[in-house]
Amino acid sequence: MTRRAPRPRIPIALLLPALLGLVFLVLPLVGLLVKAPWRSLPAELSSAEVWQALRLSLICATAATAISLVLGVPLAWLLARTEFPGRRVIRALVTLPLVLPPVVGGVALLLVLGRNGIVGRWLDSAFGITLPFTTPGVVVAEAFVAMPFLVISVEGALRAADPRYEEAAATLGASRLTAFRRVTLPLIAPGVAAGAVLAWARALGEFGATITFAGNFPGTTQTMPLAVYLALENDPEAAIALSLVLLAVSITVLVGLRGRWLSAT
Amino acid sequence: MPTTRIRTAAAALVALALAGGLSACGSSAKSSSAGSSSSAAAASSSGPAVKGTITVFAAASLQDAFTALGKSFEAAHPGTTVKFNFGGSSALAQSIVSGAPADVFAAASPATMKTVTDAKGAADTPTVFVRNTLEIAVANGNPKHLTSLQSLAAPGVKVALCAQQVPCGAAAVTALKLGNVNLTPVTLEQDVTSALTKVELGEVDASIVYQTDVKSANGKVAGVNFPEAAKAINDYPIADLAKAPNPDGAKAFEQYVESPAGLAVLTAAGFQLPSASSAAPSAAAS
Repeated sequence: MTRRAPRPRIPIALLLPALLGLVFLVLPLVGLLVKAPWRSLPAELSSAEVWQALRLSLICATAATAISLVLGVPLAWLLARTEFPGRRVIRALVTLPLVLPPVVGGVALLLVLGRNGIVGRWLDSAFGITLPFTTPGVVVAEAFVAMPFLVISVEGALRAADPRYEEAAATLGASRLTAFRRVTLPLIAPGVAAGAVLAWARALGEFGATITFAGNFPGTTQTMPLAVYLALENDPEAAIALSLVLLAVSITVLVGLRGRWLSAT
Repeated sequence: MPTTRIRTAAAALVALALAGGLSACGSSAKSSSAGSSSSAAAASSSGPAVKGTITVFAAASLQDAFTALGKSFEAAHPGTTVKFNFGGSSALAQSIVSGAPADVFAAASPATMKTVTDAKGAADTPTVFVRNTLEIAVANGNPKHLTSLQSLAAPGVKVALCAQQVPCGAAAVTALKLGNVNLTPVTLEQDVTSALTKVELGEVDASIVYQTDVKSANGKVAGVNFPEAAKAINDYPIADLAKAPNPDGAKAFEQYVESPAGLAVLTAAGFQLPSASSAAPSAAAS
């Protein structure tokens, strides 16, 4: 009963850089906590604008995640399970927003979906839809930046999943779509959930593409990161307070979900 | 062969290290000589002989004029490099207060300069060197026929304003109040250049920017003057910074900006010279 595996000794050469890495990643967050204006925090956070920005952030990040799920899961399946010419290039293009500066993404979105954009002009004249400076615009900007996170983790899960289950389903008469829905999807559910959480967290923190494409107006397009940035212009304490809220929300979600879905252990 | 490759790599590294060491020696020698000579030269009316890098934090609206000024300053003072950090005045003020290594700060409003002086960040009393007037920027040809501040409030007109936290936004709010205009913009941009860009791209019909911004857009947008602008003028103060890494350079650059040659560049860009009465610092800090 009490038999324990001998604890492996960690080599110093690994431990030291590991601890340094940990400090490097965690210290800025500690700084935020230390510098936080705890006394005036309730007053800072009770303003209507804060809740407006937080509510908008949560709604838009969730909507962006939903779009990412609807479009990203099939895209990941296409990349993982099919062979077609140019698949590698497509895969690189799909993951491009991961490394692209978000502001560049915002500019690109503006040039395509803006009022004078290639697609935006047509959307405007045919349907009267303009995306910049609207809440759906925020969702579009966030989805653009966040979807690759979902695609990557779902694709990884698909590659790890044994395709023989799908083949077995096919031999039993299931169509490819049925096999995907009844066999593959349950198999990769943890991967999809992990991707969704990552995408959601990324969307929640999105700044560059949002401010470039959707602009900044309280209640319509001003999400928390934008509110933090503008508060920093003349009220650093408010900016810290807002950052704390965003930090708390992100940590709660990541910690709450990590145990269930994000890792196999 | 891997060995030769390693050898070439090593040789390259040594060469780099040598070059780096040499240039470091060179620059340190330069700066020390500058330090000794500048104190002597500072007394002369021609201004201090300065060397090295001068870091200037300046309001986004100064970008074109200051870039030109920086080039002619470098030409007039061989051995100097002027580096600029252009952005929203408030953000620049914040980063100076947080310890950004800057020599000179040119702000678009006394209020943002006050952030720096309140934190004892300025080495001298800021002086107002130019003023800027607001103008409505519209697409070329003015397709929506916007002729006044009031016309911006018409239904279907999309307007971008600067956020109130930055000087162009504060001035716009003053002007809108004076004109009794109740305006709901579609976006509040974080600096004046991004407000102008939204007009250039055609995403908004108008934005309230500075006259100088319309001028620097080089015909890509048109400007519409409005009477309320006369009472919402922004003063631009400039100051050397207390923690300037290059105090001699800071002094020289500020003097150059305020010299007739410097002011000529600024007025050519559309800035106005402050009247004698308003030249007092902190006059418009409210």
